[in-house]
Amino acid sequence: MSINPEEKIQFSPMHRLQWEEAQQKDVILYPEGMVELNQSSAEILKMCDGSRALDKIVSDLEEKFSTTGLKNDIIAFLDVALKNGWIKQN
Amino acid sequence: MAGSNKIKITPPRWLLAELTYKCPLQCPYCSNPLDYNQHSNEISTEDWKRVLSEARKMGAVQLGFSGGEPLTRSDLPELVEHARELGYYSNLITSGYGLTEEKILQLKEAGLDHIQVSIQASSQDLNDHIAGTESFHSKKEVARLVKKHGYPMVLCVVIHRENIHQMPEILAMAEELGADYLELANTQYYGWAHANRDLLMPTKEQYEKAEKIAQDFKEKVADKMKIYYVIPDFHESRPKACMNGWGTTFLTIAPDGVALPCHSARELPDLNCPNVNDYSIAEIWNESKAFNFFRGTEWMKEPCVSCDEKDKDFGGCRCQAYLLTGDMYATDPVCSKSPDNNVIQEAIASARASALSNDEKPLIFRNSKNY
Repeated sequence: MSINPEEKIQFSPMHRLQWEEAQQKDVILYPEGMVELNQSSAEILKMCDGSRALDKIVSDLEEKFSTTGLKNDIIAFLDVALKNGWIKQN
Repeated sequence: MAGSNKIKITPPRWLLAELTYKCPLQCPYCSNPLDYNQHSNEISTEDWKRVLSEARKMGAVQLGFSGGEPLTRSDLPELVEHARELGYYSNLITSGYGLTEEKILQLKEAGLDHIQVSIQASSQDLNDHIAGTESFHSKKEVARLVKKHGYPMVLCVVIHRENIHQMPEILAMAEELGADYLELANTQYYGWAHANRDLLMPTKEQYEKAEKIAQDFKEKVADKMKIYYVIPDFHESRPKACMNGWGTTFLTIAPDGVALPCHSARELPDLNCPNVNDYSIAEIWNESKAFNFFRGTEWMKEPCVSCDEKDKDFGGCRCQAYLLTGDMYATDPVCSKSPDNNVIQEAIASARASALSNDEKPLIFRNSKNY
């Protein structure tokens, strides 16, 4: 299972992504579990709102952080996220 | 021990809100205390709201509404709504008994995140026997409705000697109902389960066979169902890391407002567990005797003191040590290094003898007449 670059990516409706003030980090919540995210992972997941496919996520993040060359890292993380069920494609 | 300055106190992350001890079911493995009927005063809606607010402020985020049967509290939707506003990820832990489609929709609207439905067996006769209440078909219907309305559906089956032979059928039922998560909870022997242990504990051969079937199934359904397998610790050589360490992560509030470091801690002597009527959650978590009692490792005795695994399993479960050795400071007797490990071997042998005998005594069902 890996990311299809053609299809839009959305965050899973079976999970919740939220900022935790007490922990000063974003977390993913799901039944019986919680994953603490580092900042870059959280930024990628926030782009997965169902309106963007892979290339758009990469270009928007590169623009937001005024950088280039993020694509491979983003793909690697999205594959992990897909495998864990945090994101989905139709 | 208590109040040591060297121990860094981490904030609570998980709050278990036991709203009530009332329950229409009578499961003989219930983890509620045997004398639950003597703690029948329930704290008010406003008290619960304050508890939720204070714990959330400290960092609690996973919230379980439990019991007893939490649906018997008519303020449940109001509490769910309050929890959602605070940003909790909330879970209704229910028998499913009396849960209508209307209520499922109302709770969804209020902001409930998921529902965990218990089923006692894969067949109607055994389910209804163990539950002590005719409930099999309504439970399955509830599971379907939970799915239908977009909740992650968690099916929980407590495993013991009466149903362990049904493992293949239980797994097939979970798949047929479309469970997103399946909790296969080998009975932990506290409360009513402790009282019924000879009748509930499977033999080692039964455990091994059932676990193999569950593991094979887990691989088969890996991309659609997540399985949580609660291990039968009596057959392990090291104890469970109970509650992820005392007073590190988990906070339980009992129906009468007593705050517990784990839901069985009421059974321990001399802890004087504090009540939310008298103290704030921050005072309870940070300053109370009960929550500091087994924090860190300074309270330990040998063989824990000199064990290189003490930071991994924290000496195991305090309630189990107390129930089985009479000493709550003792190493969890499940550990093969424990000088009391013989009590575990005797318990296993006693349950086996009971399984093989022709005149088993009857199960003690959880109700106020049986204690």
